[in-house]
Amino acid sequence: MIRDVEVLVIGGGPAGLCAAKAAADSGAHVLLLERDDTPGGQLVKQTHKFFGSERQFAGTRGFQIGEMLVDEINAHENIELMTDATVLGMYEDGIVTVLKDEKHLKLRPVKTIIATGAAEKFLTFPNNDLPGIYGAGAVQTLMNVGGVKPADKVVMVGAGNIGLIVSYQMLQAGVEVECVVEALPNIGGFLVHASKLRRAGVPILTRWTVKEAYGNGKLEGVILCQLDDKWQQIPGTEKDVPCDTLCLAVGLTPLAELAWQAGARCEYIRELSGHVPICDENLMTTVEGLYCAGDVSGIEEASSAMVEGRLAGYAVAVALGYDVENAQKEVDAAKAELVELRSGPMGGKIRAGIAKVEQKRGEA
Amino acid sequence: MRIEKHPILQFDRGEKVTFLFNGQEMEGYTHETIAAALHAAGVRELGHSQNLDRPRGLFCAIGNCSSCFMTVDGEPNVRVCVTKLKQGMVVEEQHGKGVVKG
Repeated sequence: MIRDVEVLVIGGGPAGLCAAKAAADSGAHVLLLERDDTPGGQLVKQTHKFFGSERQFAGTRGFQIGEMLVDEINAHENIELMTDATVLGMYEDGIVTVLKDEKHLKLRPVKTIIATGAAEKFLTFPNNDLPGIYGAGAVQTLMNVGGVKPADKVVMVGAGNIGLIVSYQMLQAGVEVECVVEALPNIGGFLVHASKLRRAGVPILTRWTVKEAYGNGKLEGVILCQLDDKWQQIPGTEKDVPCDTLCLAVGLTPLAELAWQAGARCEYIRELSGHVPICDENLMTTVEGLYCAGDVSGIEEASSAMVEGRLAGYAVAVALGYDVENAQKEVDAAKAELVELRSGPMGGKIRAGIAKVEQKRGEA
Repeated sequence: MRIEKHPILQFDRGEKVTFLFNGQEMEGYTHETIAAALHAAGVRELGHSQNLDRPRGLFCAIGNCSSCFMTVDGEPNVRVCVTKLKQGMVVEEQHGKGVVKG
């Protein structure tokens, strides 16, 4: 049996939650799918306070933003939330298949918003598969969701915001943070996060990398070394650092598989951290009625994912003819908010990425 | 080890349960994933790579990467990082691809 759905939102993270709410507030009926047993996406493990403006929940901790959004979704009569539900495929005839409680469901949505987020990137070095080498997000999940001390002694790779924030959170959980290693000549994340670490006595080593890891059955230490200005390892600079955990915070890459599968045009755009669907200004892909919001169409912050979700949700409402005047106003407001979030020196990369998307779109 | 005191968070771990890991009785909580309970008990080696049989632990902890496959109650390739613990579960390290029982 095929179930008809008006608006299908895939992914219950910041983008998906905001998309579902925007479409439902306008009058559309929404089915929101989340593969985990709890919605909230990666907000559930973020204990730091967000930046931005009031509308983007500045000053509130990530997990509290998640709880607020989920409460609104649960209370909304136009939204059905289905957890433990993994989308398996999107077919040419518009049918979407879902695995839910060992059952295979078939859906036929009128409009679909993909908000599947991103996956952590990996780093290449000998013995990088030893148990104890974890993604920074994994460490955050273990300690902030699971309440488990993730390490006794850790080396962090990456001085972007995730590397800095997770290092600080590990200090809060009683972990000894040996150092933060960064291949770039400068710290990529906000200096407010870096300063907290430096005040706690954690060295941030720029132009350093992991040469190799070692251990018998699990990680026992890493060999670090310095890099020259051509990114080559400098012989003789090796430093042996015993540790039980190596944490990789070397970026994320979009989970755009479903958009590919549905036939949406995708292109590799370095500034957006991978292959991304080419979307128009309302975040619609090259497939009519199929939208993307959040990290799936380019790696950014949770703040902008929420605004993109709102933009896609209201754009879908306009397309379906719900509360058109107000929904269009909200679409325009969301676009303006994104411009503001992406202004300033930290937004340079995302602006370059979006310019490339616009250029690709023009090429057709 | 579990975090007992945290400046921001409080943890609702659920009920205490026992389970078997490679035949050895262990304790954990119902709101924990299998991976979290094992990690708290100091177990990091969860399985082995298919071709070279190298030790494998978790990597993403959100059900994305397949690094944490274990055999649970006889079912192979269970992502223990997103599977909640239950009383009496039988959790085993997995070698090779695992066999699906008919």
